[in-house]
Amino acid sequence: MTGSMRLGFHAPETEEELAALVFEAAETRTPLEIMGKGTKRELGHPVGAGAVVSSEGMSGISLYEPTELVMVAKAGTPLAEIEAKLAENEQELPFEPVDLAPILGYAPGDGTIGGVIATNISGSRRILKGAARDHVLGIRAVNGRGEVIKAGGRVMKNVTGYDIGRTLAGSWGTLAMMTEISLKVLPAQRETRTILCFGLTDQTAVEALCIAMGTPYEVSGALHIHADLAARLSDEEIAGARIRSPRSGSRISRPRRAIGPTACARRCSPIARRWNSTANAAKRSGTTSARRCSRTSPIPLWRVSTAPTQAAKLVGNLSRKIDARVVYDWSGGLIWIETPPLTDAGAVDIRRQLAELGGHATLIRADDATRAGIDVFQPLEPQHAILSAKLKHAFDPLGIFNPGRMYRDM
Amino acid sequence: MSPLILPDPDRGVTSRRNDIVKQLKRLVPEATLIADEEGCRTFESDALTAYRCLPLAVVLPSSTEEVSAILRFCHDNHVKVVPRGAGTSLAGGALPLEDAVVLCLSRMNKVIEIDPSNRVARVEAGLTNIAITEAASKHGLFYAPDPSSQIACTVGGNIATNSGGAHCLKYGVTVNNLLGVRMVMMDGEIVEFGGKHLDAPGYDFLPLITGSEGQLGVVTEATVRLLAAPEGSKPILIGFDSTEAAASCVAAIIAAGIVPVAIEFMDRPAIHVCEHFVPAGYPLDAEAALIVEVEGSEDEIEYLLEKIEDIARDFLPTSLRRSQSPEETALIWKGRKAAFGAIGQISDYICMDGVIPLSQLPKALDEIGWICRKYRFDVANIFHAGDGNLHPLILYNANDSVQLERVELCGGEILKLCVALGGCLTGEHGVGIEKRELMYEQFTDEDIDQQVRIKEEFDPSWLLNPGKVFPIEGRDAQRMRSIELTDLGPEVETGVEVAIEAELAEGHEVP
Ligand SMILES: Cc1cc2nc3c(=O)[nH]c(=O)nc-3n(C[C@H](O)[C@H](O)[C@H](O)COP(=O)(O)OP(=O)(O)OC[C@H]3O[C@@H](n4cnc5c(N)ncnc54)[C@H](O)[C@@H]3O)c2cc1C
Repeated sequence: MTGSMRLGFHAPETEEELAALVFEAAETRTPLEIMGKGTKRELGHPVGAGAVVSSEGMSGISLYEPTELVMVAKAGTPLAEIEAKLAENEQELPFEPVDLAPILGYAPGDGTIGGVIATNISGSRRILKGAARDHVLGIRAVNGRGEVIKAGGRVMKNVTGYDIGRTLAGSWGTLAMMTEISLKVLPAQRETRTILCFGLTDQTAVEALCIAMGTPYEVSGALHIHADLAARLSDEEIAGARIRSPRSGSRISRPRRAIGPTACARRCSPIARRWNSTANAAKRSGTTSARRCSRTSPIPLWRVSTAPTQAAKLVGNLSRKIDARVVYDWSGGLIWIETPPLTDAGAVDIRRQLAELGGHATLIRADDATRAGIDVFQPLEPQHAILSAKLKHAFDPLGIFNPGRMYRDM
Repeated sequence: MSPLILPDPDRGVTSRRNDIVKQLKRLVPEATLIADEEGCRTFESDALTAYRCLPLAVVLPSSTEEVSAILRFCHDNHVKVVPRGAGTSLAGGALPLEDAVVLCLSRMNKVIEIDPSNRVARVEAGLTNIAITEAASKHGLFYAPDPSSQIACTVGGNIATNSGGAHCLKYGVTVNNLLGVRMVMMDGEIVEFGGKHLDAPGYDFLPLITGSEGQLGVVTEATVRLLAAPEGSKPILIGFDSTEAAASCVAAIIAAGIVPVAIEFMDRPAIHVCEHFVPAGYPLDAEAALIVEVEGSEDEIEYLLEKIEDIARDFLPTSLRRSQSPEETALIWKGRKAAFGAIGQISDYICMDGVIPLSQLPKALDEIGWICRKYRFDVANIFHAGDGNLHPLILYNANDSVQLERVELCGGEILKLCVALGGCLTGEHGVGIEKRELMYEQFTDEDIDQQVRIKEEFDPSWLLNPGKVFPIEGRDAQRMRSIELTDLGPEVETGVEVAIEAELAEGHEVP
């Protein structure tokens, strides 16, 4: 025992420093709140830790090989820095990271790559290119014993040992604190076209999007926006699919034909502008779909993951109970739902639907009192709760990292 | 005789063999149970045929419930279990143990559901890889990971080794295409992970299970993503007069922002063997050849191939040939996919699976050539170049125990080279027993301990596929290092045309 640890804010500059800090925390049983720049601190259950450890002292791109499609960056590297560097070589993060910062009241682009991977929240292009976790090639991290561990590497393929890197994606800093991440990157999508269909019901819109997804045109975005929300954006209801178009002037008639008739669209119009500008202004469409739900006040915002064909039914049933505003992404597989400020933010109704239709819901935004009162993350089945506790134990046996952030008793 | 050892068999278990078999029979009367020596012989090895071991018994269940009953029984009786699909593992991952029951999933081979609207398939784990695409193709959909062994290997085996294939440069490997599994834990508990939705609630167990080589649980069902089949695809075959030129061409294609669906690399020996086996018109005069395939509409294909040809011209190709017909395309791929088999017809081989950063490709191939010459083996290289996953095939005579030891040393040296160049030991075949003792080349004690702790949370008694993946106390590593290279034995006769003579003529020294 080394006595009590210094509380407050820590931003170690090296892996060794971090390891020493965590070791000390483990010895003294001091819980640590793990964060990057803290832009997602208001997401999840508040962590009651006296000491905060930020990755921001460990920042910078350690390796970038455009011809190998790989970038290695320290966990605290700002997302904006990574995206700018990639843009210099006309490359990008394929999963279109969703910048939650503005939704939660922070400046856009502020978050770190560590935070992006730790939360594994991918944007619209996820349906074509995979999730954030799919692009993790390897990690370095410090586990809850204060040991430096690595897994994977910097090459495209790797089954040498268990895939700890991808397992840490989406673990919200509760298993280990990542210090460095190697990522697969891709050439930027150069030319895309967007097909917009207006005046569809939820059901037909999702059907149209699913049909679009079943075409060979490499749909990289499939979004449906409700009338009331679309009105803030334009004056019409929109379902849109973004498709690949590698040559300027390439025709869009075939994909349009595939989607058009089924959708019985009032108007099905191809537009030549980029998807992003179409979806109005935000840099990334995933961000846009989320941000479109947002306002300055913390109106509860949910992120629901389900099978696309269940989406319209889920929203339909839910709408009979509460006044929800929704945006469908991933051809219905992802639904952003804004609920009225009820005490449970609609948790009971949403999760009742999910129990029947399959899927899960995460409360992305709500005020402290609401978040303290309900399960922010989908409550786990008993079996999964046990396995999750075991996984946690394998990395962080003393429960030092982000106690209660995902699940209260873990 | 064989250099790698397996954990000491539990004599308490082997001595109760008859009793265990009897109880298993009573427990799962519907399952196929094989306990006679001849029957077990079929399962004594996987595709790493140098290692063989007769198991205690083999059970082929037909349902998840049976798998659960068998595992619970084995758990309670401290009997080890080796999960097995089709036994095509090249790393000894499905090698039986004397005191273990082999649990072979090949009878669980049903397509449970093809859901074209959500573009997913739910299948039993013993289904062959290719059968998913066969079932999905009527909807214009396909399952992307396409290992060369796809007509035989099972979905469960693919998940356990995170299999890739020729087309994974664009579509990713198994982990990127898996949405859910039904899995039985060693204590018999049945758990579902994931489903038809795209991401996980809470921790994502799928990447942990994928590539865990059957050590965390037995997968009985899988939900996988289906993708829309492309409008069309076409390969181009490019010959080069040096491996450097071919490697640089790969880098240049990617630098130009093109990610072809596949870039396959063949060196001179591989070209010759494949052409001999399947006359696909591979360039016999070249030192290296690339098969680059692109997809899309006719316009797009022509556009991309033109760009690729332009890029390739900078590297002075000896030949450039676009496939002119679907038949020709099929032939080109047939040659590539039959490569291992073709080489297998002329010689025994071990297939390495190291990965390197692409920029190190010329250096890696050069050094691999030298390592093989040092051990006096012929080598053929044929691999997925876009992702740096090398597959040197080292040719040797399996009936010669001296050669077996030497070829393993040779392979080990190649894998160490891959790690030293910034890569890893295995890209898609898994660690198995083959690379177990090399794990410390890539990992520290802490790295391995972390993995072991996960294993122990899932299977505290180490009953599920033990003796694989993790080093057994480095005993062998010690031994392997101490073998003297002076005892090399006679030169290997394999009949493959290699350029060793030429190298010798140029005055390179062969130790
Ligand atoms: C000619 C040839 C070409 C090949 N080409 C490729 C290639 O291109 N790409 C590639 O990735 N691999 C390739 N392989 C390797 C091999 O085919 C793959 O590793 C394949 O995934 C193994 O599948 P299987 O069903 O044969 O599994 P097995 O060999 O039976 O088992 C492999 C591992 O999986 C475990 N396992 C099997 N089923 C289950 C289950 N249901 N639950 C839990 N664990 C299980 C086993 O314990 C073992 O550790 C090739 C092999 C050969 C012989």
